[in-house]
Amino acid sequence: VIGAVEEHRVDAAGVRLAAVELGDRSAPTVVLLHGWPDTKEVWDPVAERLARHLHVIAYDMRGAGASSAPATTAGYDLDRLVDDFVAVVDALVPGKAVHLAGHDWGSISGWDMVTAPRLAGRILSFTSMSGPSLDHTGHWMRSRLRRPTPSRILAVAGQARRSWYIAAFRVPFLPDLAWRRVVARRWPVFLRRVEGVEVGDGFPAATVAADGAHGMGLYRRNMHRRLGRPRRDPVAQAPVQLVVARRDSYVSPRLFDDLDRWAPVLRRRSVDSGHWLPRTHPAEVAGWIEEFVGDVEAGRMSAADPATASRRGVRGRLVLVTGAGSGIGRATALAAAEAGARVIAVDVDTATAERTADLARMLGAEASALTVDVSDAAAMERLDERVAAEHGVVDVLVNNAGIGVAGGFLETGVEEWRRVLDVNLWGVLHGCRLFARRMVDRGEGGHIVNVASAAAYTPSRTLPAYSTSKAAVLMLSECLRAELAPNGIGVSAICPGFVSTNITRTTRFVGVSAADEERMRERSTRLYRRRNYPPERVAAAILRAVERDEAVVPVTVEARAMRALSRFTPGLVRRLARIDAR
Amino acid sequence: MLRFAMMDSAGLDRFREVQRLAYRCAETVGAGLEPGVTERQAAARMRRFLLDRGVDDWFHLPFAWFGDRTAFVGFRLPHQFFPTDRRLEEGMPYILDVAPIVDGYTADIGYAACLGDSPLHARLCADLEEYRELILSGVRSGRTLRTIYDDVDRLIERHGYTNRHRAYPFGVIAHRVGRVRQRGPRPTVAGFGTRALRSLLHDGVMGRRGGWSPLWGPGRSSDHPPTPGMWAVEPHIGFHGVGVKFEELLVVTDGDAFWLDDDIPHVRRWRTAAATA
Repeated sequence: VIGAVEEHRVDAAGVRLAAVELGDRSAPTVVLLHGWPDTKEVWDPVAERLARHLHVIAYDMRGAGASSAPATTAGYDLDRLVDDFVAVVDALVPGKAVHLAGHDWGSISGWDMVTAPRLAGRILSFTSMSGPSLDHTGHWMRSRLRRPTPSRILAVAGQARRSWYIAAFRVPFLPDLAWRRVVARRWPVFLRRVEGVEVGDGFPAATVAADGAHGMGLYRRNMHRRLGRPRRDPVAQAPVQLVVARRDSYVSPRLFDDLDRWAPVLRRRSVDSGHWLPRTHPAEVAGWIEEFVGDVEAGRMSAADPATASRRGVRGRLVLVTGAGSGIGRATALAAAEAGARVIAVDVDTATAERTADLARMLGAEASALTVDVSDAAAMERLDERVAAEHGVVDVLVNNAGIGVAGGFLETGVEEWRRVLDVNLWGVLHGCRLFARRMVDRGEGGHIVNVASAAAYTPSRTLPAYSTSKAAVLMLSECLRAELAPNGIGVSAICPGFVSTNITRTTRFVGVSAADEERMRERSTRLYRRRNYPPERVAAAILRAVERDEAVVPVTVEARAMRALSRFTPGLVRRLARIDAR
Repeated sequence: MLRFAMMDSAGLDRFREVQRLAYRCAETVGAGLEPGVTERQAAARMRRFLLDRGVDDWFHLPFAWFGDRTAFVGFRLPHQFFPTDRRLEEGMPYILDVAPIVDGYTADIGYAACLGDSPLHARLCADLEEYRELILSGVRSGRTLRTIYDDVDRLIERHGYTNRHRAYPFGVIAHRVGRVRQRGPRPTVAGFGTRALRSLLHDGVMGRRGGWSPLWGPGRSSDHPPTPGMWAVEPHIGFHGVGVKFEELLVVTDGDAFWLDDDIPHVRRWRTAAATA
């Protein structure tokens, strides 16, 4: 650490801790907690940036760097680490409430501090990096194993795969020996080659061999105790900022799925980084800590703050719906409004979009209406820029706008093909292209919902153009989901069956006279109405898909049945496709 | 149609009188509703009010719906329409629906209001005006009842509301009422006056022969031009747990139609709003 640094020795229960402080004491204080097998020096590049505006304290954890080590494994109990923190802040900033940032074991122990009732009021905020609360993790595993679905088992297995070394550390003596004799020596090489961390300039510390061996006490003392019997109600008593490293080899992002339960005021950040982000992304980390500390100090972090709203669900988030002037789009915009979202209703018809925004406002939501033809690339780009300028980054995009075309392939003209693909496919493409880019750049995740149709997997001689466009939307959604998953962006394809909306009134029936077309519209409208499946239920399914991050969601019985049939009895589906439904 | 021949202006006056009585009942009882009152209690008050003022029979016994029951949320079976022990709370919408008969002259009215202020409720009530105009102009231009029903559906869709009259038995937006004969006992069955039901049934049988139906619904049986007579029209719209409706008599004559009375609460409300705007 460079600059005005003051070094301290603090006596805590049975150990002497080495602490440094830098920056202006009158500024808000941030305490930085390092992980295993690091020392406080892991924070150097972050600390020197923070010290420009904040007062920074960092100390070596017991058993690491210049701090002394406890005599027994019991000395590594998480409760002792909390005691150490109290000793340090009491000695350096007596009576002052502080902000906290932790990485790896520093973050794990930070969770214990921010959830400890005795420290309520002493900790103003907590920024957590690559270190989940062991209590939360214990609850997370329990809830997943209690109701094991394949995806839940996969999530637990994903974390288990990243945690092999924890089990290895349970073996007595051998891992210590291996660490001191072999691994520690190769540690700088490992950091550089595998983790992509620049080494040198005091990192890793010269004491890494001893630090690593001592620190195994952390795993031995705490892991099984806390994971096996997690404490009840480990709820954070201060605003929490979670920074998720998406390429972390040791901590699965899935571990934080339930975090909203434990951190009522939560801001999520996501960064494309490995485990050692304080070293690989110091500027970003410092910026986020400083911004968060600033927001908390200014009282901008409250449960009602949109920025603090949970990643799941739509409450407090910005939701943009295309085709929001009627049917499923309007119902979705209104359902989102009712769930507490900020809503942008987009439709090619200005009056209907305005009406939707109006209704959304009546439900108490912040809402606005914009007019755009989704098939117009230039117009979509203008929309994207206007939304970004006036409302910010869209959190949930619902590509719903679509039109119907019915009639045989040979009767469908080039113009009709163009029109249906322009709206149904290109409209979705433009939406995904523009808004996903902003979601990725922002790095806080998001969700894209594409409204496809049961026609996407139901061949029929009556709807070749429509089905083709929707099948493309379905596949696009699946591909996009794979691509955007690392960015924390979910993609869902919704496949409704016969839903009572006005699409039947505007559907183009090709190859028939105008009078016949009108008759067919009437007939299909009545048919759909008799089916009586309201768009509100599709809207509910859409919100559920966002909340649970579902991939493909058939809505209505017939949509689910056709999906099952198309998988298991494709021959039958092909026979059904021959029926002329007109 | 024979039955309508006797509908001279004196007859219409009698109908209008009963309808005004019914509205007075709804307004008076509505104004007296306090937080905590139940639907059953409200219905009993309306019944008392009307019996005290000479009502001698019912097309149906008074209905009262509070809260999201005004939008028939979760209604599956007909018995759910009957008054329950749901209590009225501040800000809750409510609907009162009474159909008294005096001396054989029937009224059937619906009155939607809200305990306290609700902008959402006010908006829905204001939007009802369009439905009243749409239905009358549809009938006047001789469109079939089924087509008018579809027109109403389209307007509901444009407004972003849901069609709640679809939840009524047979999904009707209106039904015929007429004079009932004054002889014999007057029991009610399942909340409906037996003589009114008999009259409706009679219309049904007549209509079956003549190709029309006394029930104005979405189906093929309503695919005919308006038949002369008295129709109790009750468009009922809902939006996120709030339902509003009006119900009043529409007089259909050969070649024309008019609302029985324009001096009724919801019309007065619209006029005041238009005057202040």
